Amino acid sequence: MQHKGHPVSTSLTSPAAPLAQPGSGQSRPPARRPWFSASWADRLFAALARGAALLTLALLLGVLVSLVIGAWPAIAQYGLGFLTSTAWDPVQNEYGGLVMVYGTLATSLIALLIAVPVSFGIALFLTELSPTWLKRPLGTAIELLAAVPSIVYGMWGLMVFGPILATWVQQPLQALFKGVPVLGALVTGPPVGIGILAAGIILAIMIIPFIASVMRDVFEVTPPLLKESAYGLGATTWEVMWKVVLPYTKSGVLGGVMLGLGRALGETMAVTFVIGNMNQLNSLSVFEAANSITSALANEFAEAGEGLHQASLIYLGLVLFFITFVVLSASKLLLSRLQKGEGARA
Amino acid sequence: MTTSQKLISAAELAQTRAQRFATRQRVNQLALALSLAAMAFGVFWLVWILWETLRLGLGGLSLALFTEMTPPPNEAGGLANAIFGSGVMVLLATFVGTPIGILAGVYLAEYGRQGALAGCTRFVNDILLSAPSIVIGLFVYTVVVARFKSFSGWAGMLALALIVIPVVIRTTENMLLLVPASLREAAYALGTPKWKVITLVTLRAARAGVITGVLLAVARIAGETAPLLFTALNNQFWNADLSKPMASLPVTIFKFAMSPYENWQQLAWAAVFLITVAVLGLNILARVLTRQK
Repeated sequence: MQHKGHPVSTSLTSPAAPLAQPGSGQSRPPARRPWFSASWADRLFAALARGAALLTLALLLGVLVSLVIGAWPAIAQYGLGFLTSTAWDPVQNEYGGLVMVYGTLATSLIALLIAVPVSFGIALFLTELSPTWLKRPLGTAIELLAAVPSIVYGMWGLMVFGPILATWVQQPLQALFKGVPVLGALVTGPPVGIGILAAGIILAIMIIPFIASVMRDVFEVTPPLLKESAYGLGATTWEVMWKVVLPYTKSGVLGGVMLGLGRALGETMAVTFVIGNMNQLNSLSVFEAANSITSALANEFAEAGEGLHQASLIYLGLVLFFITFVVLSASKLLLSRLQKGEGARA
Repeated sequence: MTTSQKLISAAELAQTRAQRFATRQRVNQLALALSLAAMAFGVFWLVWILWETLRLGLGGLSLALFTEMTPPPNEAGGLANAIFGSGVMVLLATFVGTPIGILAGVYLAEYGRQGALAGCTRFVNDILLSAPSIVIGLFVYTVVVARFKSFSGWAGMLALALIVIPVVIRTTENMLLLVPASLREAAYALGTPKWKVITLVTLRAARAGVITGVLLAVARIAGETAPLLFTALNNQFWNADLSKPMASLPVTIFKFAMSPYENWQQLAWAAVFLITVAVLGLNILARVLTRQK
């Protein structure tokens, strides 16, 4: 390792030293510049940069600590039983988070079910099928989908998409499954098109760009040699993708899926607009209004009185932060393993 | 085994091969068709959302939008206070968050490199980049709003700044790593101190990329609602005092869209249109900037 990592090999203390000849065997290890010879400005700048990096770490810790402190009354009162109780009654001052946790997990699951295959298709199209001149505009279009603010998705979902979902999907399904035991129960609810399914679909649209762009990037690093060998054996495009590229990139693909899941779990506004914001778990219908952690926070927190109500909401936030932290860490580890593997093969 | 049997089996073999080949071809065609459909599916939503935003938002555009305050239900009005509040908070948050983000990015790319602190920071930063923004709002609430017993523009600004930092760190580091080492070496060879090498050579070489990162960060926070809900809250009136609750476009959209009042919903669509144009404009600008490199 060179001093502070910068790639300089000159020595200021011995200006008369002969220039090292590359490959001549004469080059000696660089003399390290003593730290005290650095000017004060140099040290100040290094300290500032280091401080800014430390600040980022402190931010994460600060979030964690402040949430634990804020949630403490609720943690002390309910412990982990908070996660299995469906009570949420500000009047009786009785709280439990199961309804919201269920809402968050169910919407994210629906989002993944839709988004993963679609993202795979998009990545396949962008890497294998698309003519070169179309790659860039189409890639940009998908990335712009990620740039649209979530409040726009929410507004559009509530005013435009919800009614259409109710008319063209919910009502036909209700007519079709009327009286059918399980399926019938899954599609009950007032025909307004808001609820878990609407939230899941909109989340899917929102996370498609994240998953698709990770998939596209990892597909593109697959060595052409591997693909060409498979094509040479007579494999079709689909077989090359499914049996060569996908196994080769599976950890990266999984990392991308995890990234999308992390985004879906923490998404607030789009979900708040379309989930209906009702604390119920009586019906498992995907068209019944429900609640998620984020929508409960968005709707109730500013009005919640200090005390157990607020602490319970912060507890929910802590649970959300914990889940997303685990999911995003997994995503990061999966993706970094791929990058390391690349380095080893290169 | 006789010769004729062999011939028959060979013919059968060829037949099954041909059949399998046909099946594989069909599977392939089906998969590629589905892939095309997936692409169309993705683009379809973008076009639909933009079209609705345009259709429903354009109707609400008028001069009053920029000069009048947010009205009570069923009265005429505009969004001036919300536009102003959003502008002030986004601008200040960018000014606060950008230097910290750039410095931390410089640390990762120029100082820490493979060190433990740098590795740790990189990891944490990538998590903060995708962490739920509403949790950032909760954090700022507990450390600022709860302490000073008041929702304020400062708190909203701080929450947004905390979202800017990870975005800027990421792009700054990536862009600095693209600067060739020979540039640094040439500067060091002239005896330049490290801080001057970084500020005058590497950061300058990576200028377009770093600016892109800042633009993307601005685009990100301009549309953020969740962290403002319980930090800046909302304000129906004109307010330039950052120690009081402050209106912002996203929070105003949230409040107006969920209401049953026709004029509020109309204003919400106009606000959605403004935000979408601003955010997508910034994104496209950022792309144009990097493409020239």
